[in-house]
Order: sequence, then C-alpha cells, then structure tokens
Amino acid sequence: MRIGTLKESYVADAALFDSVTQKVWLAIGCALLVGFPFVANDYALYLACLVGINIASATGLNLLTGYTGLVSLGQAAFMGLGAYTVAILQIRYGTPPLLNLLAGGFVAMLGGLLVGIPSLRVKGLYLAIATIAASFILHFLFANLTLTGGTGGLSMSPARIFGFTLDASFRLYWLIVPVMLLMLLGAANLFRTRIGRAFIAIRDRDISAEVLGIPLLRYKLLSFGLSSFYAGVAGGLWAYLFRVVTPESFPLQMSIFFLAAIIVGGMGSILGGILGAVFMTMVPEVLKWIFDLLPGGPSLTVFLSPVRLIVFGLLIVGFLVFEPLGLAEVWRRIRRFFHLWPFRN
Amino acid sequence: MDWGYLWEISLTGVAGGGLYALSALAFVLIYKATRIVNIALGEIMMIGAYLFFSFASMASLPIWLAIPAAMIGTGLLGALIERTMVRPLLGEPPISGFMVMVGLSSILIGVVEVIWSADQRRLPEFLPMKPIMIGEAFLAPKVAWSAVAALVLIGLSLLLFRFWRGGVALRATASDNGAAYMMGINVPKVLSATWFVAAMIAAVAGIMVGAIGGISSSMGLFGLSVLVVVIVGGLDSIAGALVGGVLIGLVEALAGAFLGGEYKLVATFIVLVVVLLIRPYGLFGTHEIERL
Repeated sequence: MRIGTLKESYVADAALFDSVTQKVWLAIGCALLVGFPFVANDYALYLACLVGINIASATGLNLLTGYTGLVSLGQAAFMGLGAYTVAILQIRYGTPPLLNLLAGGFVAMLGGLLVGIPSLRVKGLYLAIATIAASFILHFLFANLTLTGGTGGLSMSPARIFGFTLDASFRLYWLIVPVMLLMLLGAANLFRTRIGRAFIAIRDRDISAEVLGIPLLRYKLLSFGLSSFYAGVAGGLWAYLFRVVTPESFPLQMSIFFLAAIIVGGMGSILGGILGAVFMTMVPEVLKWIFDLLPGGPSLTVFLSPVRLIVFGLLIVGFLVFEPLGLAEVWRRIRRFFHLWPFRN
Repeated sequence: MDWGYLWEISLTGVAGGGLYALSALAFVLIYKATRIVNIALGEIMMIGAYLFFSFASMASLPIWLAIPAAMIGTGLLGALIERTMVRPLLGEPPISGFMVMVGLSSILIGVVEVIWSADQRRLPEFLPMKPIMIGEAFLAPKVAWSAVAALVLIGLSLLLFRFWRGGVALRATASDNGAAYMMGINVPKVLSATWFVAAMIAAVAGIMVGAIGGISSSMGLFGLSVLVVVIVGGLDSIAGALVGGVLIGLVEALAGAFLGGEYKLVATFIVLVVVLLIRPYGLFGTHEIERL
C-alpha cells in the first residue's frame, strides 16, 4: 500500500502526477530523453525513432481496444492512410510537415469513423474481422489508385522544418519524440475527462453504459476516430522516417504487432502501451544481437526470421496465459515492493 | 456473355468451395466447443500438409498410410494446443482466445520455416489426373477430387455427430458445458477430443489445398478466407459453414475470372462487410440476446 499520499482536494486526487517522487522521476526521464541523442549512435537513434512511432500508434490502439473494448485489427491500415496523406501533401504541395501530420491524422480519423459505423451493430470478434476486411480493402485501394502511385508506392524528399532538413535520425528524433510525448499526454489526460470515463464505462458493459445515459454510437465513433487519428499521425511520422510509402509497408502483421504490443504491455493502461511498444520493438533487435554472438555465425542467420516469429508468438501466448495484465502489472508489482523497502519483513 | 464459360467458372468455384466448407467445418467445431475463434486454422492445415509431405516424400511411406499418419499427427498437435493454450483461457474474454490463436499461428509458421525452410514445395501426386467433364464444362481434376473428398468427409462427420455416442456428447458439451457435466459427460475430455477431430479435418483440408497449389510457409493465408466463410455463414452454424463455403468459393472464382486475380480477396471481404451490416451474426448464426 502507498503511504504518505494524503489528498485534501479532488483536484489533487485527479492530478496526473501526484507525488514528489513521481515528478522527480519524470524530470529524470525527460533529461534522459534530451541527453540521449548526443551520446547514442545512428542505429540507436533510428531505433529510438521507430520506438517513438510505435508508442504513438500503440497508444492510439489502446484508447480503442484497451479503454473502449473495441478490438481492431486495422491500426496499420489507418497508419497507411496517414502516411499516404503526408507523402502526397509533401510531394505535391510541399506544405509544412506539422500541418501534414495533422492532415494525415484527420484523414485517418475520417477512415476510422467510416469503419467505426458498423461498431454499434457488430460486436467483439465480428468487429475485429470487419476491421480486417477494412484493412484489406484499404490495401487494395493503395495498390490500385493512381493517386497513391500503385504498387511502387511514393517516395518523398526529406521534410524541412524551421530551416532544418530532417534527413538524419538525429534530426528526426526532435520531431518524433516531442510529438509522441504530446500524444501520450493527451491520452493520459483524456481519462480524467467525461469522454474518457465514458469509454471505460462502455468497455466494462456497453448496455449498462447506455442505460446510464452514454450515447453509445457517438462515443464508440469518437473512440474509433481518436484511435485512428493517433494512427494517422504515427503513420505520418513513419513516412518521414522511411521516406518511402508502399502498399506493403502496412501489412496485417503490423496491426497484429500493435495488438500484441498492448496485450504484452497491458490493456487499458497508458504505461502498458509504452512498455509494450518498447518491448515488442526491441525483442527482434535483441534476438539479432544474440544471433551475432552465437558461434555458428552466418550459417545461423537463415533461422533468424523464423525464430523471431516463434518468439513473437510465444510472447503473446505466454503473456495471455500467465500474465494477462501485462508488463504494466509486472511494473506495478515491482513498484509496490519498493514502496516499503527495506522496512518489510 | 459466354454462358458456357460462366458455367465452367461457377462449377470450379463451387468445387473449390468444398474445401472452404471442409475447413470451415473444423473451424465451427472448435468454436462451438471452446468458443475460440481459431485464426490459426490455416496454419494447422499447413502443419497437416507438411507432415504429409514428410511422410510421403521424405520417409516415402505409401499414400494410404501417409494421409492417416499426417491426420493423427495433426490431431495430436490439436489436442496439445487445447491442453496448453486453450484450457487455461476458458472463461476469459473472447479476445484473449483470439489473440492466443494469433500467437499460435506465428509460432507454427516459425516452426515450419525452421524445420522445412520457407521454400515452396510440391506434394507427391496422388489424385487421378484424368480431366473431368460435366456436360461441356471442363473441371480441373484436382479441384474436382478434392471437392469429392471434402463432401465425403463432411457427410461422414455429420453422420458421426448424429449417431455416434461421442458425437452426441460433443454436441451436448457445445450447447451447454454445465448441463453436460451434470449428465456425467467428461467435458475436458470432450474438449480435447473436439480439437483432435477438428485438427484431423484441418489436416485433410491442408493436404488437399497443398495438392492443388503446392505448400509453403505462407499457405496459412487460406485460413483468412476460411474466416470470411465462417463469419458469413455464422460462427456457430455447421449449415452456415457449408453454405458460406460454397458461396465464398463461387464469389472468389467469379471475381478472379471476370475482374482479375487481385480482386479475389477484396471481393470476398466486400461480401463479408455487406453480410455483417445486414446480419451481424452471419447468415445462419445464433443471434445472442444480451442481458444485464
């Protein structure tokens, strides 16, 4: 149990960061994020950018699946919508990147609203499968429209922002990480408002929520819209990181990856989305390092991709069977241990 | 409009739908018994096909021995999956079961690539090669024979569920776990048996699909089409699985012939969306009434 956190007002009780310790750790975390690019090499920075994008998108999916209880396997397709919007705006009109990102978010949001319309009638797994259908239809559109450049996709020049050309991971880091942090803050704050509470009520039991006076269709659509807005912005960042957008960039596997990330991290927890996205992005890299260290050398590299698949699957199954609340729960357990440490028998 | 061509395409579609119906039967069995949406079914089919490949090509067993061996091997795998992954999740929300199957499919693909490598392979020829003519229409022999095999197997399983004691126990368990327990049915054993049987059916379907199009580590994609079939037919309806299988087979064949190969998947998914919008629980599925 936590001790020494006496609250005297509702404002203090609802605060996002409510203890001094938390604020100190937050400050240390920010300092580390600012210092990181100056000590890390290019590859680590690239990974950091990728992790940032994945965190943004996983958090979006967490709003929808973890908090509102609507399972979606279309997250990657919505990222694709955002990425294509950004690429088209960048190539054709050369509008400023921040505006493009917003536009990407809004286009993805429209897509999400459209896909969300069946969500009032269609529930649970039927909905998940309807989103698979939507993602296949979007993939088909990406591959066959002239606007999106067909199967070859679009390649774009680096973004320019305040006179800087964002062509290296070091520079992109300063775009991706702040945007990601802003989105995280927005998501965390959402659940202190009426809207966020309504989402949670719908997740716990949608009929009861309706009886309590929550308009189901409006809030379910809102959740879809917000979630795909996050996906769209993340997709836009993705487009700036890789600068090539093809229909194959956003396969169904990527949607599965995000769902796996929030399951491994912990559904219905902002921290869970972060932990899950970091963990699932880093596991393949760690496996690669382990393979490099093994004595077999190049003869073993054939096995790298199947082993990654196996580990990916084992992680999902293992977490669901043994730790359904995910890494966030592991983290909470560790923290609880240290609350009274070392004064505990 | 060339009516002969249309007839030929439709025939191929319906015959191809037989395989969908067979796989959908395995899917519905698993769903009825354990409420698991088995998105890994395509991968279980793939394991069946690869086991058959190993027995027939590598160990050079005769075909009539290799098929039952592959079926039993896949069945055992199914029972193992039930015991280790499905049973701990009984009573959890449906999304957990779904995601476990997503994880399982990734594990199975990885295992196949480690053991047999990711290369495309051909199964030994075991179906008669003589072309089938129905009236004026030509039907590829493999497709026709696999449809016949699917029909026989579906008929056999339906008879088993109707008249065999174990089949009745299975239906009882599917309709109400608790009541089945009270009638003295060993429910955990029935659940294992269901997975065993369903995996065996999936193995046969996998061998047929492999015989038609070759086997590779990505043949599990077939499972996605099966998913569409059962959603269209209704997750818990065997009749729905059969009708849905033929319907989706027909839609795929027609879209492939008249619009082009890349339209196949999109056409089936558009059918899926339309059906979901009109009948959210599928054509023949049970409309569940929610109570607070």
